[in-house]
Order: sequence, then C-alpha cells, then structure tokens
Amino acid sequence: MENIYSYIAFVLLSGMILGSALLVVTLKNLVHSVLWLIVAFIGVAGIFLLLNADFVAAVQVLVYAGAVCIMIVFGVMLVQRIDMANSNPVNRRFKIAAPVVGGLFIVIGLLTARAQWVAAGKEVPTQTVQNLAPILLQDFVIPFEVAAILLTVALTGALVLVKEVKSNGDRS
Amino acid sequence: MATGLNPSYFVALSAALFCIGLYGAISRKNAIAVLVSIELMLTAVNINLVAFNKFLTPEAFIGQIFAIFVITVAAAEVGLGLAIVIAIYRNRKSVDLDDFDWMKW
Amino acid sequence: MVQFALNHAWLVPLLPALAFVIIVFLTRPWPKVSSTVSIAAILSSFVLSSSIAYGVFTNPGFIEKPLVYSLRWFGMEGFTVHVGVMLDPTSTMMLFMVSMVATLIQIYSTGYMEGDPQYSVFFSYLSLFAASMLGLVISSNLLQMFVMWELVGLCSFLLIGFYTFKISAREAAKKAFITTRIGDFGMLLGLLFLQIVFGTLDLTELAQRVPAFEQFGISLGLLTLIAILLFIGPIGKSGQFPLHVWLPDAMEGPTPVSALIHAATMVVAGVYLVGRTLFLFAEVPGAMEVVAFTGAFTALFAATIAVTQREIKRILAYSTVSQLGYMMLALGVGSLSASMFHLWTHAFFKALMFLGAGSVLHALHHKADVWDMGGLIKKMPITGWTFVVGGLAIAGIPPFAGFWSKDEILAVTLEYAKHGHTLGYVLFLMATFTAFLTAFYMWRMIFLAFFGKEKPENHPHESPWNMTFPLIVLAVLAAVGGLIGTPWANWWSRWIHFGQPHHGEPAIGLMLLSVVLALAGIGLAYLLYYKDEEKRTAQELAKRYPTLYRISFNKYYVDELYQWFTRTVVDAGANVLYWFDIHVVDGIVNGLAGITKTSGKGLRYLQTGKLQTYALVFFVAVLVITVVLAFGDPTSAGIMGGGK
Repeated sequence: MENIYSYIAFVLLSGMILGSALLVVTLKNLVHSVLWLIVAFIGVAGIFLLLNADFVAAVQVLVYAGAVCIMIVFGVMLVQRIDMANSNPVNRRFKIAAPVVGGLFIVIGLLTARAQWVAAGKEVPTQTVQNLAPILLQDFVIPFEVAAILLTVALTGALVLVKEVKSNGDRS
Repeated sequence: MATGLNPSYFVALSAALFCIGLYGAISRKNAIAVLVSIELMLTAVNINLVAFNKFLTPEAFIGQIFAIFVITVAAAEVGLGLAIVIAIYRNRKSVDLDDFDWMKW
Repeated sequence: MVQFALNHAWLVPLLPALAFVIIVFLTRPWPKVSSTVSIAAILSSFVLSSSIAYGVFTNPGFIEKPLVYSLRWFGMEGFTVHVGVMLDPTSTMMLFMVSMVATLIQIYSTGYMEGDPQYSVFFSYLSLFAASMLGLVISSNLLQMFVMWELVGLCSFLLIGFYTFKISAREAAKKAFITTRIGDFGMLLGLLFLQIVFGTLDLTELAQRVPAFEQFGISLGLLTLIAILLFIGPIGKSGQFPLHVWLPDAMEGPTPVSALIHAATMVVAGVYLVGRTLFLFAEVPGAMEVVAFTGAFTALFAATIAVTQREIKRILAYSTVSQLGYMMLALGVGSLSASMFHLWTHAFFKALMFLGAGSVLHALHHKADVWDMGGLIKKMPITGWTFVVGGLAIAGIPPFAGFWSKDEILAVTLEYAKHGHTLGYVLFLMATFTAFLTAFYMWRMIFLAFFGKEKPENHPHESPWNMTFPLIVLAVLAAVGGLIGTPWANWWSRWIHFGQPHHGEPAIGLMLLSVVLALAGIGLAYLLYYKDEEKRTAQELAKRYPTLYRISFNKYYVDELYQWFTRTVVDAGANVLYWFDIHVVDGIVNGLAGITKTSGKGLRYLQTGKLQTYALVFFVAVLVITVVLAFGDPTSAGIMGGGK
C-alpha cells in the first residue's frame, strides 16, 4: 500500500513543482515569479522527504525557500522601482529556446527510459542527521571549511560590490 | 524497494525541471529572472543527487552531502549574482541582459 | 733554444695575436706603447722563426717527415678536426720570410704612420694580419688554414679601408673582400668535397690518401673538379685572372699595408695553398694545366697593363699580379721549389719597392703619378738606390735575387715543354715575353720617377731612419737573397721540393736569353723615358696606337665588364627576385594575414556579448552532440545508455 501512497505523493509533488516552475519562467511579474519559486522549492523539499533525505529537505526549505527567495525579492525591489507588472519580459530567443529545451528533455527522457538501474536494494537509514554529521565533519571536513570560506568571501564580495560609489570615486 | 518508484521517475522529473529552468535562463530579459531560473536548474541537479543516493548508495550519504554543498554554493552564487546585478543597475539603469553586451567585439 | 722553438712553433702566430689583443684593450690611447708592443711581438716571432729555421734547415729529416703536432679542436661522430702545427722546410721558409718582412714593415710603419690619429689601431691590425698569416703558414690542417685564410682576408679588408674617411678606400676594401670571397666560396666547396671523399682535411693524411683516390670511389674527373674548386680560392686571393681586379684597388690602403699584402702575406697565401696541396694537383694533369695557364696568362696580362699605368703603386700592383702569375706557372708545371723560390725573392724585392714607393709618396705628400716625379734620386739617395736594386732584381739582372728565381721558372717551364707537353712552349713564350715587359715597365717607372729632370714644384726630402733602415735591409736581401738557389749550388731545391728534387743543369743559353731580354727591356725604357727628355717618342707611340694604349691603360676593361655584368645580369636577376619577393612571397604572407584579418573581421560579430545567446548556442551544441552519441555510433550509444 505504501507504494501507491508514495506514487501518488510523487505525482502530486511533481505536478506542483513543474507547474509552479513553469509559472516561474512564464509570468510577466517578477515578484509573482519569485513567489511561485518558493512553491517549487517546497515541492522539491517534499521530493527530498520522499527520498528519505529529511535533513536535505530541511536545508532546502530553510536556505532556498527561505533565505534565497527573500534575498531575491529584496534584489527585485532594489532594482525595479516602477511597473512591476511587466518586470519580466521575454526576449526574442524564446522561439529557439523552446524547441531546444524540449528536444533536450526528450533526449534525456529517452536515455532514461533505456537506462537499466543497478539498484542497491538497501534502505536509507532513518537517522540521517546522525549519519550525515560524521561524514560532513570528518571525511569532508576540508570541503566543509572551504565552503564556509567560500560563503564568507562571496558575501563580503557582494557587500563590496553593492557599496555606494561616490561621484569622486571613493567608496564610502 | 520501499516505494514502487524507480530512479527513472526522478531523473525525468529532474530533467523536466532542468529544461524549464534552462528555458527561463535563455528566454528571460530580466537578469534576476535568469538568476531564478538558474536556481531551478541547480535544484533539478539536487533532485538527481538525492535520488541516486537513495537508490544506488543508500548508506554512503555521498549524494546528500553533495546536495548540501550544492545548496551552499547556490546560496553564495545568488548573493554574488544579485550584488553584481545591483552594481550594474546603478551604472546602467537597466537589468536587461541584452543591454549588458559591452564585452562584445 | 732551437728545441724549444721547434716545440713551441704555435707561439709564432700567437705572439702577434696577443699584441693585437693588448693594443685593442689596453694600450690604444698611447700610440708609442702600442707600436712598441706590436714590434716587440713580431720581433719575438721573428727570433722564434729564425730558431725554427735553424732547427729545420740543419736536419734533413724534416724534408721527408715534417714535424707535426696537433690537438683536437672539435669533433663529432666520424668527423674530427685537429688544430696543429706542421713544420717542414716550406712552411719554415714562409714562417721565416713572413715574420722578417712583417718586422721590417712594422718598423717602417712607425715612420710612415707618424702622427696618424689611428696609429694604435693601425698597429693592432698589422699584428692581427701578421698573426693570421703566420697561423696560415704553419697550419697542419686545411680547415685551420681556411680559418686563417679568412682572417687574413678580414685584416686586408680592415687595412685597405683603413682611411675610412676616403670613399675610394671603403669601396676598394669592399671590392677586395667580395672578390676574394668569391674565390673562398670555391675553395670551401673544394674543402667540403675533400672532407666528404677522403674523410679528413689533415694535410699529412690527405697526402697519403689522395694518390690512392680510386680506392675512395671517385673518378679522375671528380678529383679534377675538386682540385679546380680548390684552386678558385688562390685565384681570388693571389689576384689571378679573372679575380685580379681587387689587387690594384687595394692600393688605397696605407703603403706599408700594400707592401705587407703584396709582398709577404695575403697574396702569396694562394700560391702557398696550391704548393701545400700540390700532392692533389699532381694527380690531375688537367688541373695542373689550368694552374699553369692561369699563371702564365695572368703574368702576361698584368704586365701589359702595367706598361701604361701612371700611378707608382698601381704599376707595382700589376707587377705583383704578374709575378704571382709566374709563381702559379711554376706550380702548374710541377715545380714547388721554383715557385717557392720566386715567392721568397719576390717578397724581398717587392716589399722593398713598395716601401720605397711609400717613402716617395711620403716625401711628395701623396702625389702618386710617376709623370709628376723625376730626379728624385738626388734628394732621396737611399730610397732611390734601394729602389734601383729592387728594379734590377725584378728585371732579372744577375746576380740579383729575381734573376735566379725567374730563370728557374723559365727553366722548369722549358723542361716541362720538352717532356712532351707541346703547349708548354706557349707557356714558355708567354713567360719570356713577360720577363721582357717586366724589365721595361719597371724601368720606365724608375727612369720617370728617379732620374731625369727634377720638377720644381716638388720638394722631396729623404725619409727618417726608421723608414730607410728596412729599405736597406731589404735591398741587401733583394741583392743576395737568390744566391742560395743558383743552378750551380742549388741549396734551395735540396730543401724545398715536391717529389724528387730535380737538379737542373745550369742552362747557360737560357740565362743568356733572359739577361738579354731584361737588358733589352731596360734599354728600351732608357731610350724612351731617359734619353728622350721630352718623352716625345713614348707619347707618339701612344698616339699612333690609341686602341692598344687605351685597352692597356684601362686594364682591358675588366672592371667595366664586371660592372656591366653586375648592372645588367645581376641587377636584372635581383629585380626579378625582388619582384618575386614583393609579389609572391609577400603576397602569400600578406594574403594569409589578410585572410585571417578578414575572417576575424567577419567572425567577431559572433561575439555578441549577449550571455544568453552563448548559453543557447552551448546547449544546442550539447543537444547535437548528445543525439549523435546516443543514437549514432553504437559503441558510444552503449556508453550513454548505462555503461554497457
């Protein structure tokens, strides 16, 4: 019975993700796009839960749906002052882009259908955090620290970039 | 298998999400919309990683670790990307990517 | 001392070379110090050479077995070049003669070059010149000899063009260098052939291998070609026809240089080289005939030019060309001893005459035309009388040096003719007629310059002692230097010979003939240019045969011919090549650049600067590649489909 539930869950979640994602890339109002992005991210978090990755799902919600989307909304507000309704126009390339991405999807789909998966036949342990922690802080401690430095540097760089430049060239 | 789902479903979902993101990244004029689309593409990759983690190497957790790193880097990328967009906007009063073509010939 | 000198013969060229370095780097600002260093070096070389000469000429063993020592210079697989010293009577004689003449000329130069701003430089060049010539003489190896040969050429270039402010001097230097380079090119080809065929350039080894040339897989024809190629070098260097043109122009240099070039060093290098490689020429009669005829023709040709020339040094230059022709003739008929003997005596009397001419020019402030001189012997007795000695020697009046050597050459030519070479009689006739002409033009010059009426506008004075001293020494040598090779007691040919030493019987008839010819020449000159005070007969002769006179005076128009050749053929060829270079070579290069430029101009518009276009192109490419890989080639399709 569980199979059917998870199947139904997958279908629902997929529909939610793809639907909101399509809205994200088609809506003319950028703020609406970002709001639909949040929906899509939450759907992805649901997929993660379905895949027994509860920690990643939590991170997904916290970082993507929370922090990133709020940051993007701020960005939109900073650069877009008037006429938010038409803030996300489409350029001329979409006529070429649509068949290309469609073709790409079909090709990947065909390859996926052809692929034969070697299933491990094992269950993901339920205690994911307890298992993730030693890996992240022992085996992957150096990438972990590097990622920390990367974040720091990126945010510092962002600060430097957006600082107001005075007319005499000084950065205040 | 706990679920009747096999990896193909997730790969197909991920491909669809990726293609949608790609379409947005190519066809939107607004730089921030492009950033948003790129986030979609990165998320699609994360779905793949976690799905493979579950079905292929359930006890190693490498896929999940990878997904966490991707999320981290994506966060940094969004922050920087927005900063650049804002900086350019200050100079050019525009966020249309087609106007950002002063690296041309 | 003698043993030391024999074992350290390399010091002989090294000392002047060292003097060159010292003068260039240290003593250039102090002229007197420079000349002292230079003379000290060359004098030491002369002393060493004398010791070597003593050592060699008291030990008959050196005739058959020269003293050779060498060390490895460089080498590679199958090719090793040694640099070394070869002492046999021939090279020892040259060593002695060159160092002596060079010493005398350097002493003379201290007077002649007095007060010249480039005094030190001049002495450094002289030292280098002497060093390279001495190095050439003792070379045990043809490559080493070639290097020295080129150094000699370089020095002559520097010295001929010494007065760099004179355009004519610069032109003459270029001419000398380029003309001799033409010869050197042939010589280099010959050397390459020798190295390829015989695998060595060592003189001793070559002398053993060349007679057995058939074992090395080459025909007589090819060997003849090698010999003739090798002979082209001496043609250029020794001023043989048709590459003689540089030699008279070389008079633009300071007179001591002319003496050094014409008497002792550069020009005899060619004769010496042929003498050294005579074992090669002796194998190929064809090449020998070429050498003999080149020599005889050059002798006659230059003599006929000298008859009408007006500049004192130019007459001497053509006489040098003529005498070198004699030496080549002697080599061509196979007599090393006659050739070397003439080289030896010629060095003395020609150096003497050049230095004498220099003394005259010095006194007359470089007024070179013999017709503007006259009666100089009263004011310049030493110069005049030593010059007369030189004139007697070159004309061939016994017992002066030139008589013996010229007589020897005539004798061997006649002998050559008698031994079945009918053409040898032609050579003999040419040589005897040249002897007559030589006496005539030399004494024409002497009568015009030193005797007759004094010209009031000239205020000659005798030169200082350091110029007259070498003249006196050389005059003595020119007088008695030939006595070591008289047919009655031929000490010379016992030591210096190729093959069997030949004992020519004293041919009284031949001697009488040559003396009569010489006296006839002198007598004719006396009648035309001394007795006839107004020189009316001479001028009338020139007027009656204007064509002959003009041809001779204009040196058979050889220079003009070369100029014409250069202007028309060479320049036309150069123009064709220029056109080819501009239009074809540059066209290809510029065309390629143009294609790149144009395509770049067109293609740069692909660089739109629009990021999304790039992304689109990128993913189109990804799509295409994926489709091709997944659905095209089965192997790659398997990989794409899951690693199977």
